[in-house]
Amino acid sequence: MPSLHVPAPDVSVPRLQLSGITKRYPGVVANSEVSLTVQPGEIHAVLGENGAGKSTLMKIIYGAVKPDAGDMRVDGHLALVRSPQAARQLGIAMVFQHFSLFETLSVAENVWLGLDKTLSLAEVTRRVAATSATYGLEVDPGRPVHTLGVGEMQRVEIIRALLAGPRLLILDEPTSVLTPQAVDKLFVTLRRLSGEGCSILYISHKLHEIRALCSACTVMRGGKVTGVCDPREETNASLSRLMIGAEPPPLKHVPREPGAPVLAVGQLSLPRESPFGVDLENVSLQICAGEVVGIAGVSGNGQRELLFALSGEDRRAPPASISIAGQPVGRMQPFGRRALGLHFVPEERLGRGAVPEMSLAHNLLLTRKEAVGRLGWLRMAVLRTQAAGIIERFKVKAAGTHAAARSLSGGNLQKYIMGREIDARPKLLVVSQPTWGVDVGASAQIRGEILALRDAGCAVLVVSEELDELFEICDRLHVIAKGQLSPSLPRGEATVEKIGLWMSGLWPGAEHAPAREEVADAAA
Amino acid sequence: MLRLELRPTPSRTWAWASPVLALAITVVLGVLLFSLLGKDPVKGLLIFFWEPVKSSYALGELGVKATPLLLIALGLAVCFRSNIWNIGAEGQYVIGAIFAGGVALMAGKETGRWIVVVVLIAGAVGGMLWAAIVALLRDRFNAGEILVSLMLVYVAIQVLNYLVFGPWKDPMGYNFPQTRTFEAVARIPRLMAGSRVNIGALIALAGAALLWLYLFRTRAGYALQVGGVAPAAARYAGFSSRSALWTALLMSGATAGLAGALEVAGPVGQLTPYVPVGYGFAAIIVAFVGRLHPLGMVLAAILMSMFYIGGELAQSRLGLPKSLTDVFQGLLLFSLMACDTLVNYRIRATSGLKGVR
Amino acid sequence: MEAYPLLFASTLTAGTVLALAALGLLINEKSGVVNLGAEGMMLCAAIAGFATVVHTGSDTLGFLAGMAAGAVLAAAFGWLVIWLNANQYATGLALTLFGAGFSAFVGIGYVQARMPERPRFNWLGLGDVPVIGPALMRQHPLVYFGIVLTLVLIWVLYRTRVGLVLRAVGESPESAHALGYPVRRIRMTAVVTGGALCGLAGAFLSIIYTPLWVEGMVAGKGWIALALTTFGTWRPARVLLGAYLFGGVTMLQFYLQSQGSHIPSQLLTALPYLATVVVLALISRNPTWIRVNMPASLGKPFYPGS
Repeated sequence: MPSLHVPAPDVSVPRLQLSGITKRYPGVVANSEVSLTVQPGEIHAVLGENGAGKSTLMKIIYGAVKPDAGDMRVDGHLALVRSPQAARQLGIAMVFQHFSLFETLSVAENVWLGLDKTLSLAEVTRRVAATSATYGLEVDPGRPVHTLGVGEMQRVEIIRALLAGPRLLILDEPTSVLTPQAVDKLFVTLRRLSGEGCSILYISHKLHEIRALCSACTVMRGGKVTGVCDPREETNASLSRLMIGAEPPPLKHVPREPGAPVLAVGQLSLPRESPFGVDLENVSLQICAGEVVGIAGVSGNGQRELLFALSGEDRRAPPASISIAGQPVGRMQPFGRRALGLHFVPEERLGRGAVPEMSLAHNLLLTRKEAVGRLGWLRMAVLRTQAAGIIERFKVKAAGTHAAARSLSGGNLQKYIMGREIDARPKLLVVSQPTWGVDVGASAQIRGEILALRDAGCAVLVVSEELDELFEICDRLHVIAKGQLSPSLPRGEATVEKIGLWMSGLWPGAEHAPAREEVADAAA
Repeated sequence: MLRLELRPTPSRTWAWASPVLALAITVVLGVLLFSLLGKDPVKGLLIFFWEPVKSSYALGELGVKATPLLLIALGLAVCFRSNIWNIGAEGQYVIGAIFAGGVALMAGKETGRWIVVVVLIAGAVGGMLWAAIVALLRDRFNAGEILVSLMLVYVAIQVLNYLVFGPWKDPMGYNFPQTRTFEAVARIPRLMAGSRVNIGALIALAGAALLWLYLFRTRAGYALQVGGVAPAAARYAGFSSRSALWTALLMSGATAGLAGALEVAGPVGQLTPYVPVGYGFAAIIVAFVGRLHPLGMVLAAILMSMFYIGGELAQSRLGLPKSLTDVFQGLLLFSLMACDTLVNYRIRATSGLKGVR
Repeated sequence: MEAYPLLFASTLTAGTVLALAALGLLINEKSGVVNLGAEGMMLCAAIAGFATVVHTGSDTLGFLAGMAAGAVLAAAFGWLVIWLNANQYATGLALTLFGAGFSAFVGIGYVQARMPERPRFNWLGLGDVPVIGPALMRQHPLVYFGIVLTLVLIWVLYRTRVGLVLRAVGESPESAHALGYPVRRIRMTAVVTGGALCGLAGAFLSIIYTPLWVEGMVAGKGWIALALTTFGTWRPARVLLGAYLFGGVTMLQFYLQSQGSHIPSQLLTALPYLATVVVLALISRNPTWIRVNMPASLGKPFYPGS
């Protein structure tokens, strides 16, 4: 089925209408009297920060969750969506933020599993190829999914949704895994779909994207709808106000002269550890005291591998390829690196940065040893005092030092982990995705802490997928693509277009010719 | 209708109440079983829960059974807390018994009392060596410890059989498969006259105290446990998973081997093919019922000993098969698995449609 | 010369016990659930089957009883592990310990029991053909069933949508759930089916292979069957071959003993277990290979709606 054929709609009947949707979970009201109206062929944004209730609302529309109250109408008819299969039969398709793919199965098999019609695999393969060609979403139906890049995986998700012939397509934060050029290509596809009569629900917290793509926007905060508007007529500031109730306080970024080099990475090449990883090639960078250096890049380009090598979780690097304050540390254990002043905040909080079942006090012992006495004896009173101090200084909302790490909200846990590392007075702080999944208030606090550290003379390395964030706090930027690191770019010279180009590996002096798809992306 | 809801923090109350509830369920099922078999359930309950504790001699017998169970369970707790599934403790127990027996057989009538210490150390070393095979195969070959340690149990039993049917057979033993009885100097000293309980009980209790200190007051114990529940966090912190593997397996091999030494040089007094009685597996139940906590395991070891003694008494007094013990022990563990749900989940009654499919 | 075809035939029979159990466990594990209770299920099925044949004289009823025993125990295990999210390894161990004790308890009265005479087979008269006849054509139907089952499994797993869904659930239950598949029901079906097959293996053991009841008679075959799924990298044909290989090792032990070899009998008895250890070590050496072949969610609990 190469393109959608939706009969000319009766314009007065909305494609989707939610009224009074309410959903309660223990301790929190995820959705409260939410109403939403989407017209046929409209690209409708749902804007809100993390925790606003967008995901729950989408799960209700898609049939994965049942609301406690309220009703839903599709094309004017009352709809009882009890399951994703029922949603698909009504013409509702969803592209998830975290892909629902099966890595050892092929693209065609993955798509087949998302369809309810009794088609043969051969027929599905044919349709995948046809849809892929029509919409410019290149992907090979026979390849196992684990061999695909993240952007290609998303295309599989989209093709799977399209093959269901949807009248309403829901996209949940689709651009976090895309370069700016790939985002433009996606928008072309979405506009084409909307032109063919398919409505699109676009979930995002990225204001400039919503203003570029969408003609309608419902803003949510704390489970309620705070406003409905046309984003083309709004500014970032006005949308921000609807989203968080106020404009975020601007951060003071005072230019500083950087001091002596603290971290030096020279020509680091490292083969991947796991079959699904990325090789690092000739990565070089230097960070001086009192400056914030950022590494931009779409996930899956080697950030993980580089961070493993820096933190000491991967110790295969040649000793001299990484040095802290002049000391070669390539083979050094994390303990040794911390003793030299390197502290690291990983992007996974529960499970890596903190042990979910253990208390906040016990979680200190992962990276701090002030409470450890001779022969490894644990001084519990010292530990608890230390934890209480961090909780207070960084305004962490928790039931106490005994509270389990998993009982904290994402933002508060991140504040605690960052607090744990900042409290150690590091000479070099490496942070990965500092505000991912964190609400705006805590995000501002965390970014402020990073700048304060920098002003106090610490060297900071921030790896992030959010360009806005990097532009806000960094002095210099690198881009990582396919395991290679670009030269550094002062903040003043960095633009979204340039960074986007570099994300495809096209910086001056790049070693390899970019792959075919990247040239096409860049030229689009 | 009822449904399960995840708790934000695991419930500490239920972590301790769950084994009690599991025991209650097992008792109820036991009463049912007795009735079905045509035996008086009250008598059955008395045999299992009153007889084993009603006299100081009975308590001594309880101690005799509980000692190996507790010792092995202490080592297993270290393993299970590190997410290392050593289920071959029975094999490590047997090899420990063999090593201890070998040293004991070397003692003559003139050997000094110090030989007992060597016997015990030999037992621990034997168990450690057997467990080291498991550690090596996982470390070097990435072979899962569950199956390897299990297979080695069967191999250990054959090693024992070979020795007692062959080279170590007592020439004066009328061709029975057994070694000669060990000299008195090599036997484990008893705690008091009139009871079979020996210093092994004190060693086990001391071990429980040491385990508590290790798990909850040392950084090494902390590192081991982080490795068990969050391996990525352990890697981030810099805790070595290799050292955790070896530490856990060597520790549990040592305690299992020590238990084997205490049994063979203690109540039994010689090596026979009947050395493996299943303590290594029962200790797994002790470890779980005791919540992998030293205090809990002391209590659980006593409880499980009551099941053993009760089973023996049920055989002699009610004519029931001795395998009744195994049935109850298995039921206890099964019920525990079900009751443990309440540690992490709440039961909620909901009316109407379910909230989450 | 007579010996080799007979040896081959015994290998097939011995291997079939392992194969039936291992294929059942394969179905289990493809859905992401590891059931360490195989040994316990086989023991209970063995006594259930044996007792049924003693009382009714019907082998077929005995096999059905064995399958039912395996299925019931697997269902209890499945309920705990899939719906109550109990730890798969600990619960499986509990099942084995319980099954061992329960089968010994129930089996007390059957230790000396006798069964009606065991059937002999000679399919299509080909049993008298030299060499091939004794080797292949005198087997119990379940031996052929083992081969047929393997072929059916290969077809279902890799050529049908049902098999694809099962593999998808084992690969990522979260994704399958997001797409609307009833993950828990699928896993439960796999677990109960696997349990029934383990039960069939146990019944075959006590009714045909060694027609008697002795406490603990499964002697670790359940554990070897578990090792076979890893050994065969979760592919039915390799699992079947592995089962025959281990059947062969068991037979080798008897053969060497009958030849009056000087190797100590205990070493021969230990041979299958040592072989398992060696094979596990060799197979597991390449972690990448395991990772690509193993169902990714194996052993991990699944929380819908989290």
